[in-house]
Amino acid sequence: MSLTFDNTRSRRAANWHTAEYGFWMLPIVAYFVFPENLALLSQIAITALFAVSLDLILGYAGIVSLGHAAFFGVGAYAAGLLAQAGWGDPILGLACAGVVAGLVGWITSFLVLRGTDLTRLMVTMGVASMLYVSANKLTGITGGLDGMQGVDMKPLFGQFAFDLYGKTAYIYCVAVLFILFWLARRIVHSPFGLSLQGIRQNVFRMPALGTPVNARLIAVYTLGAVYAGIAGGLLTQTTQFVSIDVLSFSRSAELLLILVLGGTGSLYGGILGAAIFMTMHNYLSDIDPQYWQFWLGLLLIFVVLFARGGIMGALRTVAKRLA
Amino acid sequence: MTVLFDGVASGILLFLISVGLSVTLGLMNFVNLAHGAFAMLGGYVCVVLLNRFNVPFLATLPIAMIVAALAGVVLERTLYRRLYGASHLDQVLFSIGLVFMSISTANFFFGDHQQPLHLPPMLKGQFHLAGADIGAYRLFLIVVGLALAVALQWLVAGTKFGASLRAAVDNPRAARGLGIDVDRVFVATFALGTALAALGGALGIEMLGLDPEFPITYIVYFLIVVAVGGSGNIKGSLIASLILGICDVEGKYYVPQIGAFVIYLVMVATLIVRPQGLFGRSATK
Amino acid sequence: MTYALQTRNLVKRFGGFVATNDVTLNIATGARHALIGPNGAGKTTLINLLTGFLEPTAGSVILQDRDVTRLPQHRRVKRGLARTFQINRLFADMTVLESVTLAVNERLGIGAHWWRSVGAHAEAIDQAASLLGQLGLLDVAHATTKDLAYGRQRLIEIALALAAQPSVLLLDEPAAGVPTEESRDLFETIAQLPRDVTILLIEHDMDLVFRFADRISVLVMGAILTEDVPAAIAADPRVKQVYLGESTHD
Repeated sequence: MSLTFDNTRSRRAANWHTAEYGFWMLPIVAYFVFPENLALLSQIAITALFAVSLDLILGYAGIVSLGHAAFFGVGAYAAGLLAQAGWGDPILGLACAGVVAGLVGWITSFLVLRGTDLTRLMVTMGVASMLYVSANKLTGITGGLDGMQGVDMKPLFGQFAFDLYGKTAYIYCVAVLFILFWLARRIVHSPFGLSLQGIRQNVFRMPALGTPVNARLIAVYTLGAVYAGIAGGLLTQTTQFVSIDVLSFSRSAELLLILVLGGTGSLYGGILGAAIFMTMHNYLSDIDPQYWQFWLGLLLIFVVLFARGGIMGALRTVAKRLA
Repeated sequence: MTVLFDGVASGILLFLISVGLSVTLGLMNFVNLAHGAFAMLGGYVCVVLLNRFNVPFLATLPIAMIVAALAGVVLERTLYRRLYGASHLDQVLFSIGLVFMSISTANFFFGDHQQPLHLPPMLKGQFHLAGADIGAYRLFLIVVGLALAVALQWLVAGTKFGASLRAAVDNPRAARGLGIDVDRVFVATFALGTALAALGGALGIEMLGLDPEFPITYIVYFLIVVAVGGSGNIKGSLIASLILGICDVEGKYYVPQIGAFVIYLVMVATLIVRPQGLFGRSATK
Repeated sequence: MTYALQTRNLVKRFGGFVATNDVTLNIATGARHALIGPNGAGKTTLINLLTGFLEPTAGSVILQDRDVTRLPQHRRVKRGLARTFQINRLFADMTVLESVTLAVNERLGIGAHWWRSVGAHAEAIDQAASLLGQLGLLDVAHATTKDLAYGRQRLIEIALALAAQPSVLLLDEPAAGVPTEESRDLFETIAQLPRDVTILLIEHDMDLVFRFADRISVLVMGAILTEDVPAAIAADPRVKQVYLGESTHD
């Protein structure tokens, strides 16, 4: 026991910051300020959750994945199939999406344990590609390129039907996002989360500390898959449709962009990136989809070369200067 | 037999496009997902010259290669070299940005449909040999591909440039210490890789098609070749391409239900058993 | 005499190259055992074999009388074997306290706890702080690792190994890259470790080796040339010949 060391700072490190409370007021405020745009805001919440799921494996554990859409898509289809089969309760659908996606994540996790970053890229892309090809082939089940229809959702908790204005959907998405975010926040501030950062920063040192690295990676990869699956399930339930591009490479690539734009390794980066990206996409891509993609590519190159920490990185620099 | 022949042709095509990616990855440790964009560039140059300016097909090929090599040199000098020391994630992000830009540019100039290609009559048609239907074009592909593979092997093993290249791949610092201009080697190799990709892209229009989504549609294939063959390895790329080409075509022919899977299964199986690829060196990162 | 760490006919081949050639070592409990030899002799390879980072081509590794040859690295750490690296392998973006707390968490078996925060496990933090205090690192506890001088980083390297409270400690050139005055302090710290901790040390600085070690093994081209007490090694003409032309101070 050290008598001269004050561990208060360490003990308080995981406490919620005032700014965080302020941040989570925003979705509530948005409900009242933007009643016309609830559909877009729901999509932002869903993408934010998807981004958080990638941040867990990439920003914290350092697993470079270009195929995270695999789990999003699996969750989306699972929720869709469940609803089609008549089990339209939303919570049940999400649970199913999470479990199925988590299972796929767990089964494929051994592929990302070995090899270099390139191997991981390959393998994650490969898994997502295989799933895309499967979905395309199994038209009877998935609807193939035309997508899955007939996704009828029952009212949430038997009370709140998904209305045309998207009010129920919005509250539902934000609530799910918040609960899962809160859980993820606990996890990244825990000893487990600290060990993930250790794995990302120096994977060779970790076994020398007694860490079963593979077990930790499998756990976080599975968790990331569960989160992504639930996000996919939310998409299905709020749009009552599953398009095959939930499994596409573009979706994985765009998610990576969103996360990097917002800043990896902070959880909030994913949410910020999603909000900004989706808003810009909504207003700019109507003008011309090609221009959108071109400028997106340019933005990505710019961020990588000059603003690598993303928005969160910029905010941190500003905070340091002000401190 | 015909199927086998088609598989070989497909493999050779894959090899042409992927070998540049393999060498630049092995040499500069740079994950360039935009490699397919250079192939696409070669394809569009060929199509424009052929359809608009009536340049003979065979003459379009060297022009396509030169254009792509120039583009490669410019991009390498201005952008790529800033990221040589960066993390693979950063390189991936950067090259995805380039892919997005190239796709939208192609869309803008050429529209999002497939490009029609009119082959010269010499290369059309088939003939019968040893019980198999040999397409003239596929035969042409194989001949060109193998000739290039031999030429590359000679370049790497038998010339001074090749020796510099091998030294720079093995140990850039020591190579610099020996007076080898490693930067020049990088640029030259990158240009060569993109030129070959462009050749593959132009030659591949007949078999792979050409539309603005080309870089995304096929990047997985190129990366699989590199992952299975081991990066930085010409022989490995050739063998991996042939294996994958044959497996893919035969798979699709004999077992259409899962045909498209076969190459992914081959990749996953290889990476499980040998994460560094069939001929790669052990992973140090 | 009990042996804390032993190897039996340990061999490691990389293709045609024999890095470790039939090495048999017996390191007594509580020993201060040094491993010396010219560059390229295979000393780090041997350490890597002992810790499980590399799998041997043949032979076995025995820790506290149990065969651990098939055991992965992290399990050997749990059995009491820790090491430091020749070049620092630290967590650049973590603070010093975070790094050592991470190591302590693993030892306490709470490394996988995911519900309560790191801060809630005050016991681990206090133990980490205590270790930092012993190594004189308390003043930089909240400094980011990459911002520190190399000498202090080297201390963190040792702290990470000590956090495991090992019974057998493998030190791979602990003073490498550290200015001479600081390396004296470093060795003072190592010398003050409890006597029941067995130490195997790779070092080039002969001054430090002869002051610190009670037994020395000489490794040449992957094989043990000789093993004896320091006085005998110093007098051995074969050892002198192996080092002919090599300076005794790095």
